[in-house]
Order: sequence, then structure tokens, then C-alpha cells
Amino acid sequence: MAKKKTLNTKVSIGRLKLKNPVMTAAGTFGYGEEYSKFLNLNNLGAIVVKGLSLLPKQGNPPTRIVETPAGMLNAIGLQNIGIENFIKEKLPFLRQFNTPVIVNFFGDSIKEYAKAAERLSRVSGIQALEMNISCPNRQAGWSIFGTDPKVTSKVVKTVRNATDRTLIVKLSPNVTDISLMARVAEDAGADAVSLINTITGMAIDIRTRKPKLANITGGLSGPAVRPVAVRMVWECSKAVNIPIIGMGGIISAEDALEFIMAGASAVAVGTANFVNPRAAQDIIAGIRSFMSGQGIHNIKKIIGGVNA
Amino acid sequence: MSKLFRSSVRENRKLTTDHYLITLRPLKKIRKPKPGQFFMLSVDSGLDPLLKRPFSLHRWLGGDFQLLYETVGKATNILKYKAPGNVLEMIGPLGNGFPAGPSKTGILLVAGGLGIAPVFALAESVSSRRPLLFLGAKSRKEVLCIEKLRSLGIRPTVTTDDGSLGKKGLITDILIDFLSRQSSTCLPVGKVVNRYRVYACGPKPMLREMSRITKKFRLKGYLALEENMACGVGACLSCVVNTTDGLKRVCKEGPVFPAEEIIW
Ligand SMILES: Cc1cc2nc3c(=O)[nH]c(=O)nc-3n(C[C@H](O)[C@H](O)[C@H](O)COP(=O)(O)OP(=O)(O)OC[C@H]3O[C@@H](n4cnc5c(N)ncnc54)[C@H](O)[C@@H]3O)c2cc1C
Ligand SMILES: Cc1cc2nc3c(=O)[nH]c(=O)nc-3n(C[C@H](O)[C@H](O)[C@H](O)COP(=O)(O)O)c2cc1C
Ligand code: FES
Repeated sequence: MAKKKTLNTKVSIGRLKLKNPVMTAAGTFGYGEEYSKFLNLNNLGAIVVKGLSLLPKQGNPPTRIVETPAGMLNAIGLQNIGIENFIKEKLPFLRQFNTPVIVNFFGDSIKEYAKAAERLSRVSGIQALEMNISCPNRQAGWSIFGTDPKVTSKVVKTVRNATDRTLIVKLSPNVTDISLMARVAEDAGADAVSLINTITGMAIDIRTRKPKLANITGGLSGPAVRPVAVRMVWECSKAVNIPIIGMGGIISAEDALEFIMAGASAVAVGTANFVNPRAAQDIIAGIRSFMSGQGIHNIKKIIGGVNA
Repeated sequence: MSKLFRSSVRENRKLTTDHYLITLRPLKKIRKPKPGQFFMLSVDSGLDPLLKRPFSLHRWLGGDFQLLYETVGKATNILKYKAPGNVLEMIGPLGNGFPAGPSKTGILLVAGGLGIAPVFALAESVSSRRPLLFLGAKSRKEVLCIEKLRSLGIRPTVTTDDGSLGKKGLITDILIDFLSRQSSTCLPVGKVVNRYRVYACGPKPMLREMSRITKKFRLKGYLALEENMACGVGACLSCVVNTTDGLKRVCKEGPVFPAEEIIW
């Protein structure tokens, strides 16, 4: 027990200090409340809430999810209650905890991104913003925010000017070279990048000959994407100097440590929450026991520690 | 309050080629589930299948409980091999469950196919009020729970698509006949309203028809819905349905909804 106390799991993302590197991934942890009876939200490194927009959004028609081997496709379509309702109805609950709240948000135009960032920056109890430029389930044309370097640069710069909060840019894996996009985000003023969002995929019911999702395509998440995500984190870590938040298929502490060694300063747990509502907390405990087993006293010692 | 807990398998009995009845014993005490509530269940700890699967409470045995399931895919075809002593992880009880109506109203229960899984739980809990049960299925071998219902004193009206048991046809047509007779012989249409509460679970087309029927006869009806689920606890928004009051989550605000609320 005495040994445990000396473990240092603190990491920083910009000015944001986290007590440990494990957060929840946007869209997989609701607004925090939903999981508060299964784990202690105080134990988490940070809570990232469902992606928000200025106005509430309906999202896509059902069927919205389908399971695939070791993963799932989702086409929720960023349904959300809108920023104002979040501030009024959900944030007071989250403020009770001693855990930073990161708000994931998006817009349908550069102007909307900026307005959303501005609004969120005027509220206490929100420690950082994660801008989602990488959802695969929005209408055609939306994807340019995360796939066209010129547009990415412009939208990140505009949001940078609209907020003084720690700004995380969430990158899409649906690009040819993700490290280029990471550099674009860094140059445009991002404090950190997070990756990966889901990989665009599709599944077909061969009997009805119809796509299994009403939206036809969806975003793949879960263990199936992990090797791709680890590779992308590793590539980005060589390309940028800002911290990286790694995610994609993390189920266990071992998985999380892979990302950290590939260069992630922090990790996010997504689909695993559905499988085990205590996943994030179990992963933190697992990282600590790995550290004490290996005689690693400070987590920072192993960030980017892969011998490659 | 719902919990993450583990249960050991007591029995896993094959009822037909595709239907099984599993009896589970929670390893820690859980709150008594309401009929219509469900559990998210992992059939093993591997990565494929990955997500937990929703199953309705079929029967509460005062600590142990039963689920009735059909083998349709990956998870259920693993579940059928679980033997006494095997341990399964689950979350529950989840969702709202069927609301109990005022004690004076008659109860009409309508189940299509595996819809009998939760409807049986409700039938058992209201058996003293002599509910009438309408049970539809594809064919004779999909008509489940007849014996158990008899022992509760409930003799269901049965229809099958192929006429291999009961009347040939749709269970909703039989219900319409019944309601028409009620309204023409004993009561004006309006009066049926307060006489009965209807509770239904079954395939989507049947539930859609139930919405129409309850509207036509101005009956208060409750439908137990299904949608693909990932989390079961309201976090992922995969299970939403369109209602007159906006989008609602089947796992959280449901699975039971007032029939008139659903926009089909
Ligand atoms: C609230 C709720 C309560 C339920 N209660 C019961 C119950 O008591 N007993 C029971 O047997 N089943 C019940 N179901 C359905 C059950 O969850 C699915 O049959 C199960 O998830 C299938 O898992 P699988 O891995 O075997 O099939 P998969 O491999 O996931 O799918 C195989 C096939 O089954 C279909 N399928 C998948 N999910 C569903 C679904 N939710 N409904 C209908 N078809 C589906 C797929 O479209 C596919 O064609 C319930 C569902 C919900 C939402
Ligand atoms: C159901 C679901 C909803 C999601 N919603 C969002 C969202 O609102 N905003 C966002 O940036 N990412 C969203 N994501 C992506 C996750 O945050 C994460 O990047 C991705 O799922 C990979 O991690 P995982 O494999 O651990 O789930 C969503 C993922 C899932 C499965
Ligand atoms: S299954 Fe996740 S919100 Fe209903």
C-alpha cells in the first residue's frame, strides 16, 4: 500500500492537469450521470461528454448501431440536447465532482464552431474543449472540416481565437496521412490532438440485401480498430510537439499502456464503457498495478516509451 | 437501482429447436425487477460478441430469475451452451417496466412470438385480476408458455400464421373482433376506454397495429419496444424511438411506452 502512494500518474494536456491519464471518450459516456452509479466519477482523469452543438440535434434514424467482429458500427449522427440545455441541466451535476469536464462540440459551419466555443468558454465548470471535426455520420460535405487541411486550419484558427480554454482537436482516421492533420491542428493553435474518431465502415444484411444501418455507413469503434489507432498515435507523436490523447478500442489497462507507449499523454475509453460500465476505473487501477509491478514511479517516464 | 453483477446459471433448458429458458442466480442480491424491465447480459468475456445483449425478465423466482430466449445469432447461440455453474456478467434491472393500471380495469395482454417473454412476467404479477391473453405466433412450435399460463388460470386465445395451432391469422385481428363485440354488445365505444388496459410486446408490425387499435377503440395501451442497444443505460443514444414528445431512449424512458406516444 505504501508503495502505491508513491506512484505518480499525473499528466498535463495544455494547462489542464489530470490526476491520471484515463478519460472517457465523447459519445460513449453520455453526460456522465448515466454511469455515475457504476463507478466513482472522482476517480477519472477527465470526463468527456457527448458532442454538443449550439442547437439540439435529432441525429439519424434507427437502426443506429450494429455489432461487427470485436467492434461496432454507429451512426448516431451527433444527436444532442444542445449547449444551453447542457449548461442548465447537466453541468451542475458534473460540477460536484473533482474531475475536469471536457466538452466535445461541433458546428455545421466555421461560424457555428466559433460561436459554440465562445459560449462554452463563458461557463465555469468546463475545463477544456474538444472540437470534433471528425464524425463520419454527418451530412455530405461536413467531413471537409477534418479531411481538407485548408479547411481544418481555418476552423481550428477561428476556434482558437474564440476560446482561452485548453483546446483539443479530435482527428479523423479517414484521411491519407493523419500526422499531416495533426501538424495542421498544431500550427493552427491546438493545445492537443485526440485520435482516433471512428473509421467509416459498412455492414450488409445479405438476406434483405439492405445495409444494416439506416444511415448506410457508420463509424467503426472497439477493439477491431485498436492496431490502426495505435499506429496513428505513434505517427502523430513523431510529427507534433503538443500532447496526444489516444483512443480506439481500449478495453484493458494493457491496451491503454500501448497507446501511452506509442506517444499518448492520456487515453480515452469509449466502446468499452458499454461492455463494462466500470471499464475506465478498472483501467486506471490496472495501469497503477502495472506501474508498481514494473517499478515505474512516474507515468510520464513511459509516455512515448516504445523502442521503435 | 440497476447494478453490474454476476449470476450463476442454475439451469438452461431447451424448449424447442430455437427457444431456451435459462434460470440465473445473482451472486449478490439485486432489487426485484418489474415485469417489462430487462437485463444486459454478456455471454462470455471475449471480444466477439463484444456488447452485452438485452433480455427481458421472464419470471422472478424470489431471488433467482428466468430469461426466455430465442437463438438468432452470435450471442444467443453461445448462451445456449451455458451449463449450471457457469457465471454470466450482467447489468440490471433496466428500463421502466409496465405500469400497473388502476385496480378496477380489466387487463388485456397481447404477445406476438417472443413477446411472451416479458408479457408472461406481467401476466404472472396480475394473474389475480384475471387478465385476458392474446397470443400470436408463426406456428405451433413458437407458441410458448401455454402450460405455465394454464397453471396461473390463464387460457390464452391463440393464433398462428399457418393455422397449426389456434386460429389461423393475426392475433391483432382477434383482438379487434373482441373489442368490437365489447363495444357493440355491452358498451358504447367510449366506455371501453375505462374498462380495459392493454399491454403488448411483439414484432414491430404488430406493435404498430396495436397503436392503431388502441387509438380506434380509445383504449389506454402500453407497448414494450425493442431497438438495437449498445449500452442499455441511456448513454449511447443508439436505441431511440420517435415519440410525440421527441426522441426517447428505449433503454431508459422505455422499453414500455404509451401506445399513443409512438410515432411509427
Ligand atoms: C428491451 C429488449 C428486450 C429483449 N428481450 C428479449 C427476450 O426476452 N428474449 C429474447 O430472445 N430476445 C430478447 N430481445 C432481443 C435480443 O436482445 C436479441 O435477439 C439478441 O440481442 C440477439 O443477439 P445475437 O448475438 O444472438 O444476435 P446477433 O448476431 O446480434 O443478430 C442476429 C440476428 O438477430 C437480429 N437481432 C439482433 N438484435 C435484435 C433485437 N434487439 N431484436 C430482434 N432481432 C434482433 C439481427 O438483426 C440479426 O438478424 C430483447 C431486446 C430488447 C431491446
Ligand atoms: C456510440 C458512439 C458515439 C460517439 N459519439 C461521439 C461524439 O459525439 N463526438 C466525438 O468526437 N466522438 C464520438 N464517438 C467516437 C468516440 O469518442 C471514439 O473516438 C471512438 O469510438 C474510438 O474509441 P473506442 O474504440 O474506444 O470506442 C462516438 C463513438 C460511439 C461508439
Ligand atoms: S442502449 Fe445506449 S442509450 Fe439506449
